[in-house]
Amino acid sequence: MQQEPIIRLVNVSKDYNGTEALKSINLYIRKNEFLTLLGPSGCGKTTTLRIIGGFEQPTEGEVYFEGKNITNLPPYKRNINTVFQKYALFPNMDVEGNIAFGLLVKKVDKKIIKRKVAEMLELVNLKGFEKRSIDSLSGGQQQRVAIARALINEPEVLLLDEPLGALDLKLRKDMQVELKKIQQYLGITFVYVTHDQEEALSMSDTIVVMKDGEIQQIGTPEMIYNEPKNAFVADFIGESNIIPGRMVRDRVVNFSDRDFECVDTGFAENEMVDVVVRPEDVKIVKREEGMLEGEVESVTFKGVHYEMMVRTKGYRWMVQSTLMEPVGAKVGLKILPHDIHIMKRAVSE
Amino acid sequence: MVTRIFKKLYLYLVFLFLYAPIIVLVIYSFNDSKSRGHWGGFTLKWYAALFQDREIAQAVYHTVLIAIISSVVATVIGTAAAIGIQNMKKIKRTIILNLSYLPVLNPDIVTGVSLMILFIFMKTFTGVGLGFTTMLLSHITFNIPYVILSVLPKLKQLDRNLYEAALDLGAKPGYALRKVIIPEIMPGIVTGFLLAFTLSIDDFVISFFTTGSGVSNLSIYIYSMARRGINPKINALSTIMFVLVLILLIIVNLRLSKDKENTKDLKVNSSLRRRGELNGKSY
Repeated sequence: MQQEPIIRLVNVSKDYNGTEALKSINLYIRKNEFLTLLGPSGCGKTTTLRIIGGFEQPTEGEVYFEGKNITNLPPYKRNINTVFQKYALFPNMDVEGNIAFGLLVKKVDKKIIKRKVAEMLELVNLKGFEKRSIDSLSGGQQQRVAIARALINEPEVLLLDEPLGALDLKLRKDMQVELKKIQQYLGITFVYVTHDQEEALSMSDTIVVMKDGEIQQIGTPEMIYNEPKNAFVADFIGESNIIPGRMVRDRVVNFSDRDFECVDTGFAENEMVDVVVRPEDVKIVKREEGMLEGEVESVTFKGVHYEMMVRTKGYRWMVQSTLMEPVGAKVGLKILPHDIHIMKRAVSE
Repeated sequence: MVTRIFKKLYLYLVFLFLYAPIIVLVIYSFNDSKSRGHWGGFTLKWYAALFQDREIAQAVYHTVLIAIISSVVATVIGTAAAIGIQNMKKIKRTIILNLSYLPVLNPDIVTGVSLMILFIFMKTFTGVGLGFTTMLLSHITFNIPYVILSVLPKLKQLDRNLYEAALDLGAKPGYALRKVIIPEIMPGIVTGFLLAFTLSIDDFVISFFTTGSGVSNLSIYIYSMARRGINPKINALSTIMFVLVLILLIIVNLRLSKDKENTKDLKVNSSLRRRGELNGKSY
C-alpha cells in the first residue's frame, strides 16, 4: 500500500493535568478503510478520536490530513464529521433542522438542502421523519438522525464515538450491519471507537488495540485474533488461556511441566514467554489420549457451545466445545501445534 | 378534630399577621377621608391624584426606565458570564461562582454605601456625579448575579457535546452559540431577566444611596413623601407597586417551579429567599 494515508498521527501525546492520556501515538489511516480504535475505558481511544476531530489539541505531536498539518485547525475547518456517543442532537430543532444544520451553515440553496435531507433520511431508513421532534424518537432513530446529520456534509472521514453503546443487543447487531453497508456504499473512511471486541472484529478493516494510552497492536481482525502480539491483546480480543511458559528451542515450548510442539521460532533458548491458547482450540479427549490431564470444574451453556473450566495441575483451562462433559469428569486435553501462540512476556508485568 | 381546627386557625393567623398591613394599606387607598382613623367612604380620588402628580410621573418613569435598561444589560452580561463560568476548570469555576454569589448575600446597605463611595471617588475622574447614571449602574451591578444564577443550571443540563457537534458541522463558535446554545438556555435567561426586572423595581436601599438630588425612583419618592407627612396618595401608590411586584413574582416563581421539574437546582430560589430575609420581606 503506497497510497498516501488520509490521516496520520505523528508522535501524538496528550496530557490532562499531569495524567498521560496518550503516550506518543503513531498511527496512519488509509482512505476508505473502516478503522476501529479498540480498548478498555481509559485507554485513550476517545482522546485519539477527539484529537482527530479537532476538539482537543495534542500536548505534543502533529496530525496530518492528506499530508497537510491540521494539528491546530478548529473542528469547523476540518472536512471530518463526528457521530457522538450520546448523539448530541439539537433538541430545539426537528429532524430536518438537525440534518440540514451543516448545509445551512454553508448557506446551501434551500431546495438542494430539502432534497439532500430527504436522500439522507432514505439512506438511514427514516423516510418521512422530517418534521418529527427529537424527543419523539427512539434511541435507534436518534442514532440514525445523528449519522445522517454527519453524512450530509459528505465528509472524507466520519468519526464514531461508541455510537451503538446505548442501544440494546438486537438493535446493535442490526446497526452494525447497516453502518458497514453505509460505509461501503459511500466509500467514506470510518474511524470507530468501541470497547466491544466483537463489534470491532465484525465491522473493521483494521483494528487498533489500545491500552493505557499506547497502541498495543494494529492489524486486520484476523491478524489480531489469530496472532495477538501480547497477552493483553490476546485476553482483550476474545477469551484466552494465558499460561507462563519457557521456550526450549525453536518450535518447542515447555509449560505445565511438559514440552509442546509449536510453530514459533526466533526466541532465545530458555526464554520465558506467555503461551496463549484460545478456548475453542483446546480439545477434550479421553483421559489417556490427552496431553494434559484434568477434571471438569464447571459447565456453562452458552448457546452455540458449552464453556467448561478444566482444572489441571497448575492451571484452570477454559475450554469451549459443542459436546458437554459433566462436572467432575476426568478428561484429557489436547492442543495442536498451530493453536499454540507464543508471546514475548510483557516487561512491565 | 380539635387539633385540625387549631392547625387551620394557626395557619390563618400567620397569614393574617403577614398580610394585615398590606390589606389595610389597600383598603385605605380607597378611603375618602384624609384621616387614617376612620372610613369616609369609597373613592378613587387618590388614584386620580396620583396620575396628575408630575413628580410621581417622573419617579415612575425613572423606575421603569432603570428597571428595563438594567435588567436587559444585566441579562446580557450575566448570560455571557454564566457561559464563561460553565466552561472554566472546576476549581476556578467554584471560586468565580462564589465571588459572584457574594453580592447576593451582602446586605443591601453595604452594597449601597460602598457603591456610593465608589461613585463619589470616581467622580474626580469621570465627572459623573450621583444621579440617574450611577443609580442605573448600581442596579446593573446587583442584578448580574441573579441572572448568572438562573442561567447556570440550564447550562449544566446541556449535553457537553452539543456545542462540539455544532462546530463539527462547520459552525463557527458565534453561530453555534446563537443557534444551539442560546435557544437551549432561553428559559433560564428569561427567568433571570424577570428576576432582575422585579428586583430593580423593588429596590430602595441601594437606589437611595446611589442616586443624586432630583432623581428618584418610586420607592425613594414614597419614602420622602412619608417623611413630609402621610398623604393618602402613598397608599394608592404603594398598592400599585405591591400589585405590580406581586404579579412579576408570581410569573418568576411559576417559571422556577416549572424548571424544577427538570432540574434539581434550587440555588436561584434559595438565594432569592435569602435576599428576601435580609430585606425583611417574604417572597
